[in-house]
Amino acid sequence: MRADATTIELNRCGKTFADGTRALEPLDLTVAAGETVVLLGPSGCGKTTLLRLIAGLEAPDAGGRVRFNGEDVTGLPIERRAVGMVFQSYALFPNMSVRENIAYGLRVRKLDKGEIAARTREMLEMMQIGQLAERRVHQLSGGQRQRVALARAIAVRPRVLLLDEPLAALDAVLRDRLRVEIDALLRRLAITAVYVTHDQAEAMMLGDRIVVMSAGQVEQAGTPREIYRNPATPFVADFVGTVSRIATAAGVVLLRPEDIRLCEVAAGRAAATVETLHFLGGRCQVGLIGGDGARLIADAPPDTPLKPGARVGIAWDDAAPLRLPLMEAAQ
Amino acid sequence: MGRTTVRLIQYALTLLVGLFMVVPVVMSILAGVTQNFFVGLKSGLTLHWVGEVWRLYSETIALSMLIAICCVALTLAIGVPCAYVLAKRPGRIARAVEEVLTLPVAIPGLALALALIITWGGFRDFRTSWAFILVGHVLYTLPFMTRSVLSVLAASEMRDLEEGAASLGAGFWTRLVTVVLPNAKGGILAGALMVLTLSVGEFNLTWMLHTPETKTLPVGLADSYASMRLEIASAYTLVFFVMIVPLLVAMQAMSRTRRRAAHPEEEPLPCAPTPQPSN
Repeated sequence: MRADATTIELNRCGKTFADGTRALEPLDLTVAAGETVVLLGPSGCGKTTLLRLIAGLEAPDAGGRVRFNGEDVTGLPIERRAVGMVFQSYALFPNMSVRENIAYGLRVRKLDKGEIAARTREMLEMMQIGQLAERRVHQLSGGQRQRVALARAIAVRPRVLLLDEPLAALDAVLRDRLRVEIDALLRRLAITAVYVTHDQAEAMMLGDRIVVMSAGQVEQAGTPREIYRNPATPFVADFVGTVSRIATAAGVVLLRPEDIRLCEVAAGRAAATVETLHFLGGRCQVGLIGGDGARLIADAPPDTPLKPGARVGIAWDDAAPLRLPLMEAAQ
Repeated sequence: MGRTTVRLIQYALTLLVGLFMVVPVVMSILAGVTQNFFVGLKSGLTLHWVGEVWRLYSETIALSMLIAICCVALTLAIGVPCAYVLAKRPGRIARAVEEVLTLPVAIPGLALALALIITWGGFRDFRTSWAFILVGHVLYTLPFMTRSVLSVLAASEMRDLEEGAASLGAGFWTRLVTVVLPNAKGGILAGALMVLTLSVGEFNLTWMLHTPETKTLPVGLADSYASMRLEIASAYTLVFFVMIVPLLVAMQAMSRTRRRAAHPEEEPLPCAPTPQPSN
């Protein structure tokens, strides 16, 4: 059931709302065929607006262009773009059963009855919600609604799949489980997908590429590894993962918690005082206060003998510090 | 004072207030089915007066129902699209239109009627037909319909539902018929019942707008109070009750089901035990 994958191209797409609010600075973005791109950022960063531009729920400011496989779809409303969309609220129709919800897009497309029934059944089986087919939406739990929303969106075999914080309304355990399921689903469909979230773990897990956004602008676009290891800006370094800033004679060094080695004071490149210790199962998260008063976060083995108040040395490999292009330019 | 005494006083007070409101209603109904109210119940019960009312005033009842039904039809035809547009455009102009729509509720019915007569009174055929009263009723009840429908349509879920339908390929009319209207049904029905009730009971406007040929039930009621014997007036009131009470009960029932639909019981999510505060 692999859809013919579509390339999404945005050129100079900005969005200013009627009240003058600039939600999105003009930006370019290409999503390759079959790729999953995650738009990641804090609330109000413009990621949902960007998704809505791709969907056709909003029109870009003058000069902006949206293309699917080279075809200009800027002027097309969402109903003519052949996209599949999963909303944060799921937007399931309360006046219809689960089966009718899934069949809705097929009925609108006026497929013949047999085809509609067959494809609806296929979706119910694929999402393992066959036993819920005749239920009403209000009789479903959050996780079940999520599956119905996904089934409904992909039943029409859309050119691209757009997901707006689909897991935000679920509790942590369910979120973890559905994240894995969505990942498997996207791989299996090999469909071009754009996924909006503010959760960095979700972004790392699902994205072939992550686009980190802040204040209506793209801070950085890259693979999860690139974003984590080579953040382009301080914002990205802080938003994706934890970063500690350590002052040394040669300047400020940025380190991820797993790159900080705690040792004897004499053996360290810098010194700090242990402030807090949190046992997290597989490791201990150590909160430290550096010589200049800065707060640092380091990982330690789960059975670390450290106690709050202890003086420790801090060491790291030469390759470990994050290199921010902007900071290097400043130094 | 003991707790029991306080409670007893509360019950007694509630009972008194209840009686204060209910006794006149019961008296009025009794008066309508008593042979001679001044002699009292011992003169016997009868449906004679109700029959008289039917003979004298059945036309006003029919006209009231006709106007009310037309009024519901018109407010549906005007109010629902109007509410849809208002819900879609959250601008300053839309808010201003909403205010103007609500204005007839704030203006006394008599003043509204006077304005209608000054403006359209010259059109004799229109002035003397029941359509003139209908126009007044529509003006007065339209805001109730619009408000009721708007409250459902303006909810953020409705926007999501419509966008959801659009994302699945549904054009405007398909969305409207298959998603928007079915899910706004509660608000539309509640608005329709409200308009029906208001129209049947409307007196202020109607009293100014009616002619001897176009009397509605409440106008006839006032007429009977002024010129008929008490038993007939009371029997007429009884007829009015019989018409209006089922409508009111239906309206209450509707608002209950709407409240329930708005907050369906969710399956409880597994939740972690409450952490104990540490020192």
